Amino acid sequence: MNLSRPARIALRIAAGLGFAVIYVPLTLVLVNSFNIDRSSGWPPAGLTLNWWEQAWHSNGARAALWTSVKAALGATGISLVLGTLLAFAVQRYRFFGRESISFLVVLPIALPGIVTGVALNTAFRAVLEPFGVGLGMFTVVVGHATFCVVVVFNNVIARLRRTALSFEEAAADLGADTFQIFRDITFPLVRSALVAGALLSFALSFDEIVVTTFTAGPGVQTLPIWVFSNMTRPAQAPVVNVVAAVLVLLSVLPIYLAQRLSSDTAGTSRI
Amino acid sequence: MTDTAPAAGLGRRLAGTLHRRPRLRLSLLLSAPLFWLIVAYLGSLAALFLSAFWTTDAFTSNVVKSWNLDNFVTVLSESVYRDVALRSVGVAVAVTLIDICLAFPIAFYTARVARPRHRPLLVVAVLTPLWASYLVKAYAWRLILSEGGLADWVFGPFGTEGPGYGLAAVITVLSYLWLPYMILPIHAGLEQLPGNLLDASADLGARTWRTFTSVVMPMVFPSIAAGSVFTFSLSLGDYIAVQIVGGKTQLIGNLVYSNITLDLPLAAALGTVPVAVIVLYLLAVRRSGALNSL
Repeated sequence: MNLSRPARIALRIAAGLGFAVIYVPLTLVLVNSFNIDRSSGWPPAGLTLNWWEQAWHSNGARAALWTSVKAALGATGISLVLGTLLAFAVQRYRFFGRESISFLVVLPIALPGIVTGVALNTAFRAVLEPFGVGLGMFTVVVGHATFCVVVVFNNVIARLRRTALSFEEAAADLGADTFQIFRDITFPLVRSALVAGALLSFALSFDEIVVTTFTAGPGVQTLPIWVFSNMTRPAQAPVVNVVAAVLVLLSVLPIYLAQRLSSDTAGTSRI
Repeated sequence: MTDTAPAAGLGRRLAGTLHRRPRLRLSLLLSAPLFWLIVAYLGSLAALFLSAFWTTDAFTSNVVKSWNLDNFVTVLSESVYRDVALRSVGVAVAVTLIDICLAFPIAFYTARVARPRHRPLLVVAVLTPLWASYLVKAYAWRLILSEGGLADWVFGPFGTEGPGYGLAAVITVLSYLWLPYMILPIHAGLEQLPGNLLDASADLGARTWRTFTSVVMPMVFPSIAAGSVFTFSLSLGDYIAVQIVGGKTQLIGNLVYSNITLDLPLAAALGTVPVAVIVLYLLAVRRSGALNSL
């Protein structure tokens, strides 16, 4: 479209303002973790590294961080297996209900988290408690895996769509059996999509709060839950600020890596 | 090449069996994930919605399993619930409209105006905050809107204060949270727009505005609808951001949350409201053909 010069300039300014709106709050969180003022007033009266030191020694935050990492690793492992199996089935086979699979996979993330959370909570209590399994790490992992499947599925299926079957057929013609083909041909082809899907699903799980609230039980505290429950406590404010800053930095990393690994994916969106 | 000799045995035989039976392969692929998603996930969803037809003993707060529609009657007839439901839909619509207005210029810039060399970088610049922690983004706004925070500092010279916590803050934060979900589909839609259509429009004498309304908008509409699915449904189900910056504001998610421990059937009935609205919205959007561009 041949835009007039003023229109171009106006668009440029509007987009610049838009990006400013997107990035100012995130930058503020980073700056604020150094803010000398405990109540996070603006502009900062001075900068200090004290809070970072204090956060480093905060046992609560540290324990929560490990819980989050463990939960995210577990959920990522399960969703890698389930998502890959589904992607292969949907892309390589024709069967009844195939069209609705992609809808089914998106559902856990598209429905309000509170609905998914409450549903899983009541189901866990009804089904698992008779076996002596209470709400805890296990249920958190199960809950997270349910909505992480979609990112692995999307990444793998996008890759499968773009890879021709001819490599595998050639390998079969040369005498390789099903397992050899998978090990030597198929797996290397989808490997980077798997890594990208795993990174994204780790990030998704690491950041989740709503489903976690309902599946975690009293003893398990992930980092987002820790931040949420300490957000309103003035005494913890500086540590919360540092943890928030760390979360911003940590969340950027997987996206950057996933983007580098797999250009067809990083799903243009989360879904 | 000795390992491919017939002596390779069991593995090789298994591979052969799998190779000859595509149906067996398919059922091995599908059984685990479908068990998980259909039995575990859809099963618990179905159980939750069935429990909406039960009642709670007001005295003991135990669930009484007798079938009735009381909870739905309560949700629809009591003015508190009706008001909150309408307010939630209003917030979701407002957030969607704000996001369309904010996202369009940004997407237009990243897809059509910026130098092609810079475009991938700009897309990453939109993607990154999308993945930044939900909680931290809401927390950032809590800091901005707090007393003596950035908002007060910005508005101070004009003799007023920042808006503080409340409904306006909720709409602002939700718009901020879901903005990338709107930018990305619009960006994709604008990027796929064939340049020669725009040239043809210009050759036929259309000015920028006419080209925009008659060529660009109709072709980008499905993308906007696709983005609105996210902004609308994510806003409708939210309750955390409301707790963080909403002050005393309540949305439907908060009502569900506050009823869970004492009256699960009522909470389930309340939960059907956003789900029903979202499903209706999805069906409406599907009629426009926008879901294919998701």
